[in-house]
Amino acid sequence: MLKIRNLHASVEGKKILKGINLEVNAGEVHAIMGPNGSGKSTLASVIAGKEEFEVTQGSIEFEGEDIDEASPEERAHKGVFLSFQYPVEIPGVSVTNFMKTAINESRKAKGLEDMPAKEMLKLIREKSEMLDIDRKFLSRSLNEGFSGGEKKRNEIFQMAMLEPKLSILDETDSGLDIDALRIVANGVNKLRSDDKATILITHYQRLLEYIIPDFVHVIHDGKIVKSGGKELALELEDKGYDWLKQEAAV
Amino acid sequence: MDLKDKLISSFMAFENNIDVEHSVHDIRTAAMKNFETRGFPSKKEENWKYTSLNSLQKTDFSIFPREENTLEYKDVKKYFIHEIDTYKIVFVDGIYSSYLSETTHDGVDICLMSAALTKPMYKQVIDVYFNKIASKDESLTSLNTAFSREGAYIYIPKNKMPKKPVEILHFATGNEASLMLQPRNLIVVEENAELQVIERHQSLTSNEVLTNSVTEIFAAKSAIVDYYKIQNDNSTASLIDNTYIDQKDKSVVKIHSFCFGGKLTRNNLNFYQNGEFIDSTLKGVTILGEKQHVDHHTLVHHKQPNCESHQDYKGIYGENSTGVFNGKIIVDKIAQKTDAFQQNNNILISDKATINSKPQLEIFADDVKCSHGCTIGQLDNEALFYLQTRGIPEKEARALLMYAFANNVLASVRIPELKTRINKLIAKKLGVNLGFDL
Ligand SMILES: Nc1ncnc2c1ncn2[C@@H]1O[C@H](COP(=O)(O)OP(=O)(O)OP(=O)(O)O)[C@@H](O)[C@H]1O
Ligand SMILES: [Mg+2]
Repeated sequence: MLKIRNLHASVEGKKILKGINLEVNAGEVHAIMGPNGSGKSTLASVIAGKEEFEVTQGSIEFEGEDIDEASPEERAHKGVFLSFQYPVEIPGVSVTNFMKTAINESRKAKGLEDMPAKEMLKLIREKSEMLDIDRKFLSRSLNEGFSGGEKKRNEIFQMAMLEPKLSILDETDSGLDIDALRIVANGVNKLRSDDKATILITHYQRLLEYIIPDFVHVIHDGKIVKSGGKELALELEDKGYDWLKQEAAV
Repeated sequence: MDLKDKLISSFMAFENNIDVEHSVHDIRTAAMKNFETRGFPSKKEENWKYTSLNSLQKTDFSIFPREENTLEYKDVKKYFIHEIDTYKIVFVDGIYSSYLSETTHDGVDICLMSAALTKPMYKQVIDVYFNKIASKDESLTSLNTAFSREGAYIYIPKNKMPKKPVEILHFATGNEASLMLQPRNLIVVEENAELQVIERHQSLTSNEVLTNSVTEIFAAKSAIVDYYKIQNDNSTASLIDNTYIDQKDKSVVKIHSFCFGGKLTRNNLNFYQNGEFIDSTLKGVTILGEKQHVDHHTLVHHKQPNCESHQDYKGIYGENSTGVFNGKIIVDKIAQKTDAFQQNNNILISDKATINSKPQLEIFADDVKCSHGCTIGQLDNEALFYLQTRGIPEKEARALLMYAFANNVLASVRIPELKTRINKLIAKKLGVNLGFDL
């Protein structure tokens, strides 16, 4: 589904990604871990098409197509979704209106008519119940004044509404309390299927107990320095990153 | 002959057609004198620093239309809030159109200034209110006063509320190569009475139009007035709007200005709080492009204790457009416990657009709450990226952010159909269809 080859990216002349190779197939869950500032969010943003980051080398292929030149919205229409580490507050647009616009713009791009209002309401109800989101929440301005956990839950609600093929969840677990973590993880698990894939960026083994990854990768200084199975996450929890940094330096 | 000379000589012709024995005529003559002395304001005056009337003064405007022109309702229907029933006071090239209007005398007077200024039955109201709050010094107001003859006259007696909102519409047909209009409105809302007004100036061709309008609004004790100005004229029409509001105890007056077009628009909005526990609200949304220019000059004069004022102006400027916001708040020494709020936020969506924003606070009381803020910025790139990752194309995402930016000004529009209309105008202005109304 996703093939990243020798990806280098910089911002304002500063090199951040320094040769990432990653292949994600349909049905798989990949966890990406690594110290602060190592380039995890940058990788996620580059996959989603953020223009501030300049891809200087390498390529990103999604479902067999080179998407280097595609705009963020085109990537979204192809089925890429990014749950933001820091969701943006947008005063003046309600969650519901935002979702309506997002869904109908995606449909428009596929040559479909707007979703009938009734169907939209049903979908909103269904997905918000699944994630235990209060209806009152949906008429509030997008992310404005939401608590950290509420913002993250709202990201997963958007993911559930849009049903992407590839979901990249950037530290969606940070800021969630135990119950919310379980609800969000359940939501993610429910949306898992053979034709979908998930990339989880996280600092904690805890999330990986709920959403079991097929692969774990460690990023350090803009490169994937280690990949392994789910045991690697446990090993990291135990030993930290220093041994990997040293290994990488050799 | 420049415009000033032309106006002076036209005044004599004007006098031939009106009753010069009426008491109002002394007011006109005095006003004409003031205009003769002062002339058009120039950029040397602080209040006109950013707005030049030079090119307008070189235009050969007709001061009176040569003939009466008629319009078919179907051709101008879209300029009315036709989804709802309204009273209508409509003028075509400055002349009242009885055919397009719907006036009333059923418990309230919603009719014509020309009638009020001539018929004895209105004399008492005219004597008490006419030209009482409008400035006697400001030259353009004086110019309008000198030529005051036609416009809207609305009188709402104590405890009354008209059954429906009032629309005041001014059409310019373009039958004159260039036309100057000077409507004069008087609105009196007595104790505990209520009124909603929608005012619009619309030129129907690309021939030049200059409107110099004066509106006096008197809100008595506990009166409620909602006034909406739609300024979406085409790029050859200029408007100088002078609005003066006198408020008494516990009255609530809200003025919304939606400024989406026009060549040059100058809003002089003046609130005088002559009582206690008054609420004055001034809100504006400006979205301009091309070489359009707007200048919002507001004044709120807190003259008594325990009053509030809220100003909230949002501006989105594109292409070569220019904007000015000058918000003056005066708090007299006796006006303790004043709560005055002023906010002006702007987004520049082109490098060539400019905005000058200036708060002017003159506070002489010590126990007051005054806050003001002004921002000038661009659209937030991170927010734009966020919306795009949800599949919203860049153009729509920009529009959505601009919508969101203007939204809290729309929230206080109390006529739902008007709100929908404004939303549509905004969407059109931004060139998108978002498929929902905020
Ligand atoms: N717009 C930017 N301008 C300059 N530097 C940037 C920008 N965005 C990211 N960086 C830098 O790139 C590096 C990688 O940042 P990134 O956000 O990808 O880290 P991360 O691995 O997600 O860290 P964390 O675990 O703290 O979320 C950091 O040093 C950061 O300061
Ligand atoms: Mg990060």
